[in-house]
Amino acid sequence: MNQDLALRIALPLLVLLVIIQIWSSIASVVEDFPTPADTYVAAFGGVNSEGDEVVGSLSDPFYIENEDDKGLFWQILNSLERVFGGFALAIVVGIPVGLLVGMSHRFFQAFDPYIQIFKPVSPLAWLPLLLLVFQDINMTAIATIFITSIWPIIINTALGVRSVDEDYMNVAKVLRFTPLEKITQIILPVAVPYIFTGMRLSLGIAWLVIVAAEMLTGGIGIGFWIWDEYNNLNYPNIIIGIIVVGLVGYLLDLMMGRIADYFDYTKRGI
Amino acid sequence: MGFLELIDVEKVFPLPKGEKYVAVQDVNLDIRENEIIAIIGHSGCGKSTLLNMIAGLDLATAGHVSLEKKDIDGPGPERAVVFQNHSLLPWLTVYQNIEMAVKKVIPELTSKELKEHVTHYVDMVSLDHAKDKYPGEISGGMKQRVGIARALSIKPKVLLMDEPFGALDSLTRAALQEHLMRIQQKVKNTVIIITHDVDEAVLLSDRVIMMTNGPEATIGEVLEVNLEHPRERVALQHDPEYIRCREAILSFLYEKYAKDDE
Repeated sequence: MNQDLALRIALPLLVLLVIIQIWSSIASVVEDFPTPADTYVAAFGGVNSEGDEVVGSLSDPFYIENEDDKGLFWQILNSLERVFGGFALAIVVGIPVGLLVGMSHRFFQAFDPYIQIFKPVSPLAWLPLLLLVFQDINMTAIATIFITSIWPIIINTALGVRSVDEDYMNVAKVLRFTPLEKITQIILPVAVPYIFTGMRLSLGIAWLVIVAAEMLTGGIGIGFWIWDEYNNLNYPNIIIGIIVVGLVGYLLDLMMGRIADYFDYTKRGI
Repeated sequence: MGFLELIDVEKVFPLPKGEKYVAVQDVNLDIRENEIIAIIGHSGCGKSTLLNMIAGLDLATAGHVSLEKKDIDGPGPERAVVFQNHSLLPWLTVYQNIEMAVKKVIPELTSKELKEHVTHYVDMVSLDHAKDKYPGEISGGMKQRVGIARALSIKPKVLLMDEPFGALDSLTRAALQEHLMRIQQKVKNTVIIITHDVDEAVLLSDRVIMMTNGPEATIGEVLEVNLEHPRERVALQHDPEYIRCREAILSFLYEKYAKDDE
């Protein structure tokens, strides 16, 4: 057991050393590419290789200089707000549509071609059109995330509905359940784990897309921040941004996984 | 005067390319109240189709199926079904599975009456110790007992059982048959049980309906089982009537309507 624990800590550290080694060699070849040491300093503060005193972007993430210059925390918070705004809208619209598509063969026939065609379109392709409609960065970002998130939710909800055992429906028929009772007492319990899988996928993609969307829209947000640091020649901050985006995405996925398990009857102590 | 009547019942399933498959035809059957009927036949003889038509899950394409003079036009709680694979809802406990059915069918019960009612049926199948377990946590035999309790808890006029013990091992099956016989002594309602087990048919029923092979299956023979209830499995093994019934069914299934692939 102890040996297992030791390996679980040691192996990732070993890989980290390899990563840092590769990173260092890239930094020695590519001009201006930040070294691991400079990136560390840029994150946590100190004196960098050029002898400059630096305040780390992670040591004071809460600062507000002015509307256009805020700490990393605010950038992340802003991106999360947009992601959850679009994500919430996608849930509100996607689940009922998914239920309809899953329950009615006619609805499926009506909607399926459009789901199949729009699903593979990069949400960023919608962005100019949405910007034209909303003339507002925030609304555009939220709408982009909405379009990103809705497909996996619709598809997985419909899949969940279709996976309801015929026998359960027969039980409902014998008991003369109303359509609403069928949904709440039979279909949703079966479909909820599928719906949460869809939501988990959606949130993951939304977090990927928001970074790119904010690079295009500008203003505020982690995506904008990374692009802004590039323009300001603060290259170490790009790497810091990448790591922070990764960590936040990981936490989001962990959180969705926990929530999904909570609502999944197959994982309830059986 | 029939309680449950089947008159010239036919079930045709459409096949692709406009063809038709006649599953059963010319089925005439008159079932008395509180009678226990076993329907036996090889697989593909349309016995499940017949049961589904009585349940209302499938509708006859010709003829009439009626309960107390009323044509059956869909499923309903007065014709409760025990499905072969129990079909308990896995996200509800044993108690909740029964409670869900009772709540829907007898909504006028107060919460105290509801609890008493559900508990009564949990006790009837001796599952008090497992009432808070989920279906995934109990054995196949126990699940099927819950299925029976759920079906009986809504006080059906007819209890329909589609090979209820088919998926169980023979010892569990025997135990469940005993259980069902004991319950039947108390509840006394009309039961139709589909089976392919000769002993099960004779042991449980008052009449055995033997189906010819499909397609176009129909009732081949009807056998009266003149044995008093309650019946005792071991004692019956040497009872001349039991042996007569057994032989009649065996001869029907394996001589008159033998099926090669079984």
